[in-house]
Amino acid sequence: MPQPADALLDDRPLRRIASPRVLLILLVLVIAFGVVPAIGNDYWLSSIVIPTIVMGLAGIGLNLLMGYTGLVSLGSAAFMSIGAFATYNLLLRVPVLPLPLVLVLAGLISAVAGVLFGLPSLRIKGFYLAASTLGAQFFFEWLFTNYNWFSHESQSLTISAPRLEAFGHDLSSATGRYLLVAVSAAVLIALAFAIIRSRVGREWMAIRDMDTAAAVIGIHVAGRKLLSYGISSFFCGIAGALWAFGYLGTADAHAFNLDKSFQVLFIVLIGGSATIFGNFLGAAFIVLMPIALDRIALATDLSALTDQGALANIQHIIFGVIIIVLLIKEPDGLASLLRRLVPPGTNPRRAGG
Amino acid sequence: MSFFLETLVSGLLAGTMYSLVAIGFVLIYKASGVFNFAQGSMLLFASLTFVTLVERNVPFWAALLATVLVMVAGAVLIERLVLRPLVDRDALTLFMATLGLSFVIEGLAQLLMGTDVHMLDLGIDDVPISIAGLSVSQFDIFAAGTALLLVIVLSIVFNKTRMGISLRAVADDTLAAQSIGIRLPAIWRIVWSVAGIVALVAGLVWGARQGVQYSLSLVTLKALPVLIIGGFSSITGAIVGGLLVGATESLADIYIGPLVQGSVSTWFAYILAVAFLLVRPAGLFGDRAIERV
Repeated sequence: MPQPADALLDDRPLRRIASPRVLLILLVLVIAFGVVPAIGNDYWLSSIVIPTIVMGLAGIGLNLLMGYTGLVSLGSAAFMSIGAFATYNLLLRVPVLPLPLVLVLAGLISAVAGVLFGLPSLRIKGFYLAASTLGAQFFFEWLFTNYNWFSHESQSLTISAPRLEAFGHDLSSATGRYLLVAVSAAVLIALAFAIIRSRVGREWMAIRDMDTAAAVIGIHVAGRKLLSYGISSFFCGIAGALWAFGYLGTADAHAFNLDKSFQVLFIVLIGGSATIFGNFLGAAFIVLMPIALDRIALATDLSALTDQGALANIQHIIFGVIIIVLLIKEPDGLASLLRRLVPPGTNPRRAGG
Repeated sequence: MSFFLETLVSGLLAGTMYSLVAIGFVLIYKASGVFNFAQGSMLLFASLTFVTLVERNVPFWAALLATVLVMVAGAVLIERLVLRPLVDRDALTLFMATLGLSFVIEGLAQLLMGTDVHMLDLGIDDVPISIAGLSVSQFDIFAAGTALLLVIVLSIVFNKTRMGISLRAVADDTLAAQSIGIRLPAIWRIVWSVAGIVALVAGLVWGARQGVQYSLSLVTLKALPVLIIGGFSSITGAIVGGLLVGATESLADIYIGPLVQGSVSTWFAYILAVAFLLVRPAGLFGDRAIERV
């Protein structure tokens, strides 16, 4: 069956599976699973590599919704928290389930919540939509702090990694947690590419560019929007579980507050709208930025001059300024910057998609 | 019954405080289509500047004037450094720029003026007085009066002055307004200045109530459901929305809160707003967009 209005829908030509591309993917896989675990020490893995990958996954989740479908969400952290709490409860209450299956189930539970809070998108557009996702943000933070059933009646309302193992391997070491995160990321990235290159992805982009027109050419806009909320939340849910257990080790509802939602938003913005790899650039920026500023402060003896509170405020200001400057100078995010840095002729569209 | 009424009235009056914040949003949204997340930070900055000056023994009116000048200077800077380079970009980009802006303003405010909680005394006591058998806080009445006054002044400015009319022209059709010679940067500077002054008024009222401190900037999040119910571009909507949110929120906290083990005020207004939107997608007084292909 021919794709309807293919030329109209297609704003990014499908890239052929050319051999340089396959080589690149192989290279990334070799680095991810061969080189990084071999050379990375615990500090690097635990404080930089793992959070970057996990936040990048959350970024992909939001980007599928925002960059590809053109819908707004300010509540990504809520869906992350659902994933984390669902994983915790499933592992604890249904001990027969293996970790990989639990992660998928937790993603699906987040997806259901995402569809539910995406329902207003069928009637509401633009920023008005921010209300329902912000509603989700505040509602779930409240739910997980007020009902300690979700944290298994723990007094501190925190959830700790119950059993981090898969296929008989203990994953609680830094390398183990890295492998858990990296394997999940590899699968989810492949899934994300599959979705955006499928008919669903093309229809999302048509809705993003103009949903009335999309409806006119026969796209089932309502269903596709809800699917977008669902899939986006699926990614965010798994990212949330990995954030709680692969990175923090222990978490409570406040680990997924509005600031975290904004961080995910910034990742999409800094990395670039409608890119997959860009999210990891954005995530690296978010993770490395505070560390870099701390180092600079130490190196230049600023910390001796000012107190810790002032330093935090300076970081705040610099972060805000960088965001504004990026918005002005690099509207398509770091991904597009990278694309321009790659010499023309080698493979101009490689970094996209 | 009188308890119910008292809860309702205090909710309504608290709602006018939300309206004060929401009005600042509406002004900016009307004139430039920017959803200004930094309104709460501006509120913090304005009230912190004022309270710092007063604590340094600057007389009340001089401090007020100085703060107004600071807010106007801020508006000019924001127009030049943030808005002008981002002209004609999509709404989401502008929104995120104001998010970045809120980081800068909050950081600056606390870096320059510290993170302590400052007491602010406007000379109006927060004591209950009895009106028709209901006891109502004197301060709440003052806050409501301030909001009312602000709305009256703003509607006169919007409807009767040349500046107000050019403002409405820009809001209506930016391109057409520019083509008849209205200078967009000038309009933006004015609107952001007025929003800064509104932020100062709201900041003083809120600051007198709960101290001038970082948490003031969080009222942004309280104003959002108000805006959604009232419509982003209507000052009347901001008032009505504020009253609705204030009233239902305080009633829900008293009557629903205990049933679900805890205060529901963090999210109740949002759920209310979403329910509202499902019935009226553009809010109570918002403009309905017509879609063309």
